Amino acid sequence: MAYKQRIDGRGFDETRPIEAKVGVIQRADGSAMFKIGNTWAYAAVYGPRNLHPKFLQDPQRGILRCNYNMMPFSSSGERVRPGGSRRSKEISLVTEKALLPVLDLEEFPNSVVDVFIELPQTEAGSRCAGICAASMALADAGLNMKDLVCAVSLGRVDDKLLIDLDYSEESYKDGPVADIPIAMMPNSSKVTLLQMDGEISKEELMELLEKSRKVLMDIYEVQKRALKEKYHEVEV
Amino acid sequence: MSKIIAKDKEIAVPGETLAKGMEVLPGIGTCRDGENIMANRLGLVMIEGRTIKLIPLSGRYIPKTGDTIICKVVDVSFNGWRLDTNSAYSAMLSMKDATSDFIARGANLTQYYDLGDYVVCKIVNVTSQKLIDVTMKGPGLRKLKGGRIIEVNPHKVPRIIGKQGSMVVMIKDATRCNIVVGQNGLIWIDGEPLNELLAIQTIRKIERESHLSGLTDKIKEFLEKNGGKLTG
Repeated sequence: MAYKQRIDGRGFDETRPIEAKVGVIQRADGSAMFKIGNTWAYAAVYGPRNLHPKFLQDPQRGILRCNYNMMPFSSSGERVRPGGSRRSKEISLVTEKALLPVLDLEEFPNSVVDVFIELPQTEAGSRCAGICAASMALADAGLNMKDLVCAVSLGRVDDKLLIDLDYSEESYKDGPVADIPIAMMPNSSKVTLLQMDGEISKEELMELLEKSRKVLMDIYEVQKRALKEKYHEVEV
Repeated sequence: MSKIIAKDKEIAVPGETLAKGMEVLPGIGTCRDGENIMANRLGLVMIEGRTIKLIPLSGRYIPKTGDTIICKVVDVSFNGWRLDTNSAYSAMLSMKDATSDFIARGANLTQYYDLGDYVVCKIVNVTSQKLIDVTMKGPGLRKLKGGRIIEVNPHKVPRIIGKQGSMVVMIKDATRCNIVVGQNGLIWIDGEPLNELLAIQTIRKIERESHLSGLTDKIKEFLEKNGGKLTG
């Protein structure tokens, strides 16, 4: 049976409903929430702070430390064991690498900026939601940044090319599936994260990347609005 | 042909194009990328003639020479004290900058400033690696006894102080509290408990509404309305 229509009725190029808010955690230096469908990400930024242990310090620039964490009953599958796992460690690392190109931490030698990403509930696309939330939280923390980072998952299910796969699409059994998270700096159109799981032809991948640009710009607008709204509320 | 895209007193997000053309100059918080001027951080756009700059709204304190700050003593060493500056870096207060008293060799330094004490001090030097030297010699620089410390956004401190200290003097008079505002976002308040509470509420109000014009009048009104409950 060929894949003809998405289960939730969206168009193939459409994302799930997106909601973003900045300044959701009072105690943090910067914080943000990013919801895309049933995937919710909260990011909190602490720092620049004093970095210990000392051997991790870089005398030329501050370092970025990301921590991605899914809550125990956040996914529809099995209970996620609390604490770090191979998967969370990998996602923390790619998140860090996706955010570093926009950050300028030269003003803060020997220090650290900590980013904690918590996911209370997830349904695919969690690393992308985490990156979107973290980039807004970093901006909210007043750090020097070249740009924001926006991310979305692309993919292929059977013979269709899709944007923002949900869990049922990611786990589609009757045909080949590819899941491709991408993160981009919207103003320079530079890609900071590109991973892939599954199989896809070169032509299809290029087509998907082309399609993703518009979607990522839409996500950028949501992020921008959320950041401006936080301070607008104060202004009025 | 140069064109300023951003509006004055609008919020800009990192990466946003603020102006196009070479005739407009990038100020603090902005940078030039080819012909365009981009925002380098989140901030309030200020257009001053041909220059466009961003006023930061959030972020941790960045130590600067000449700032008067409130610090907590976190360590005592052979030749001085290490202070927590409410930023990523700690400051060093050396024995010779700490007091004009004679300190005998091998004296117990905790009798001057003990762990956990708060002091008002002035930054005399910040190196490229953010090593901070502070001094306690100067008017108003002293150890803080009693009272309480609150933390505010360091970027709102100028508003809390007001023009030539007008705002903080108003709060001091109305609440009969002693108040010291550190540029690192720590504020010391000492007075009767209820008065202290009013002073804190007032400062929080200023912090929340710091963007508004006519803030002084609003705060005056707030203090007058709540001043009836004061004691002492």
